[in-house]
Amino acid sequence: MTLSLEFLLATGIGWVTACGILLLLRGRSFPVVLGLTMIGYAVNVFIFAMGRIWTGAPPILGTGAPAFADPLPQALVLTAIVIGFATTGFVIELALRNRHDGGSDHVDGLSDDEQRRREFPHGDAPGQAGEGGR
Amino acid sequence: MSMLDHLPVLVVLLPALTAVALLFIGDGSAGEHGGHGHHRLLWARRLSVASVALFGVLAALMVQRVAGGDILVYRVGEWPAPFGIALVVDRLGALMVALTAAVALPVLLYASGGWDSHGRHFHPMFQFQLMGLAGAFVTGDLFNLFVFFEVLLIASYVLMLHGQGRERFKAGLHYVVLNLVASALFLIGVALLYAMTGTLNLADLAIKVPQLQGSEAAIAQAGGLVLLVVFGFKAALMPLAVWLPGTYAASSAPVAALFAIMTKVGVYALLRVHGVVFGGVGDAPGAAEPWILPLALITCAVGVMGALAARTLARLVAWVTVASVGTVLVGIGLFTPAAWGAALYYLVNSTLVVAGLFLLGEVVASQRGEAADHLEPGPAVGQPVMLGLAMLLAAASAAGLPPLPGFIGKAMLLEAAAVHPWMGWVFAVVLVAGLLTIVGLARAGSILFWHVREDLPACTMSGGSARLQGAVALLLALTVAMSVFAGPVQRYTAAAAEQLGDRAAYGRAVLGEGAQTTRPYRFDAAPAVEAPR
Repeated sequence: MTLSLEFLLATGIGWVTACGILLLLRGRSFPVVLGLTMIGYAVNVFIFAMGRIWTGAPPILGTGAPAFADPLPQALVLTAIVIGFATTGFVIELALRNRHDGGSDHVDGLSDDEQRRREFPHGDAPGQAGEGGR
Repeated sequence: MSMLDHLPVLVVLLPALTAVALLFIGDGSAGEHGGHGHHRLLWARRLSVASVALFGVLAALMVQRVAGGDILVYRVGEWPAPFGIALVVDRLGALMVALTAAVALPVLLYASGGWDSHGRHFHPMFQFQLMGLAGAFVTGDLFNLFVFFEVLLIASYVLMLHGQGRERFKAGLHYVVLNLVASALFLIGVALLYAMTGTLNLADLAIKVPQLQGSEAAIAQAGGLVLLVVFGFKAALMPLAVWLPGTYAASSAPVAALFAIMTKVGVYALLRVHGVVFGGVGDAPGAAEPWILPLALITCAVGVMGALAARTLARLVAWVTVASVGTVLVGIGLFTPAAWGAALYYLVNSTLVVAGLFLLGEVVASQRGEAADHLEPGPAVGQPVMLGLAMLLAAASAAGLPPLPGFIGKAMLLEAAAVHPWMGWVFAVVLVAGLLTIVGLARAGSILFWHVREDLPACTMSGGSARLQGAVALLLALTVAMSVFAGPVQRYTAAAAEQLGDRAAYGRAVLGEGAQTTRPYRFDAAPAVEAPR
């Protein structure tokens, strides 16, 4: 059985988006930034795919090719990449600054202890066994 | 071509060029007064204020030009319409640009009273924000709308963090991350629409989307719903509004006041895309139509409840913002020209009032010493009569008491809702929301001005400078003017709503005659030539 290019592309976009959403829902700013980046990649490929998938079709008229790919999504993707790059740079800087000023890289500014307590409210956190009676 | 023919692009270029000039001037070493840096800041203020004043003049000229019903179309680079990017200004677009100017000038005057020196590059970012706002309101292209959204968002990220502080950074991170997710969704929606119609021009989309059949139509509707999530997020439609109070309350007052117009960008985009492009034609309801009205009613209800529960004045005003956006969206969700006209009237007024309340709140807070804007008994304010009266005026207008414009807007809205099957719900929610808004603001006012702790010394007159109070007075005067000139403004907003419904005229203006048949790029035509894989 051969996999079609369409199937690969569609599942690829879906998989990357799913990973991005999973990371986005994490509590620390680094996975959140990674998640945003992955969603950005998935969206860029998605825009590209919305111009339909072509083989051997240049996006330029007058090349004598039998078919032409739609050039507009490619232009849109370029714009989206540039904007995505700038905003990712900004959000990384912001996350670093947040970590520096707040003393924690948690998105809600929780300290490590507070976060552990929120995730494991019954004190059964891994590595916490010795301090369980606290 | 006279200079005035370039109006649609001038309102975008003016703030952009001013921002670049301001970057060159710099603000010296902001935060430290005196010396050379202070002079630079003074010049930056003068240039910034002059530029915004000129922006206001351009906006007024634009309103005057489109008031008769003309649609200004500016084809950038003279590319013909569906292929190049066209800037299109109709009554709605001109109104929104004018509203931007009306909010921006007082806010900038207020910020020049000292806030702009609390961090770097306030003035350039303010101008970039104006550029993004103006661009979003004049563009006639969906992807270009995305680009201007990003321009105004990136500027807003920096403005939101202006002044810094731990709380602001935390709220800022949430704000930025949520907006980046919304931007990704915006791109998905745009790409879906492009894939089905082969165009991004709003006028062209308005003609082609209703022509779609079967699965193409379904996918385009899915794209429209994705865009509804995005615009609902920007406009603070309820399940997506919980970010707003924290963000606005954590921002500095002038920035929060400027952000009063940011939610209206969402409302504008919603109206443009879901009102016009996806607007139900004949019997077919648009994709978003069944969603907007119920969600708007919920927004209204949750907004006032948040306002009642708020513990600081800034949070209270932020929740009032949510409630007012809910009221506007109720009008949009009714999907009749009369309701849209009323909603636009209410939108203009509520934006001015909310911006005024944010600024007023900070003036009051600065006179209460340690208590600041916490809604708890504190020292007496320095100017109880003047600030109290200003607060009363703003509260009455926000809640919709006659004869203030909030009342006129709500009355028109309810009149337009009288024929809708949801009439009972609309009446109940809008009226109760108005009542609870006045309860919330009256509670805040009585605590701030009357629950004075006698054991504390009466506070200073800080925040009493003519510039700060003049800015607040200017915004409040504008809402009173909305009431005095209710007739002309109401006629204009009603005409703007009528114009939105006339998609054929919009299409003719942008695309030229015979636009109904233009379909430059069709995927399913002549597959032998295109040979997709």
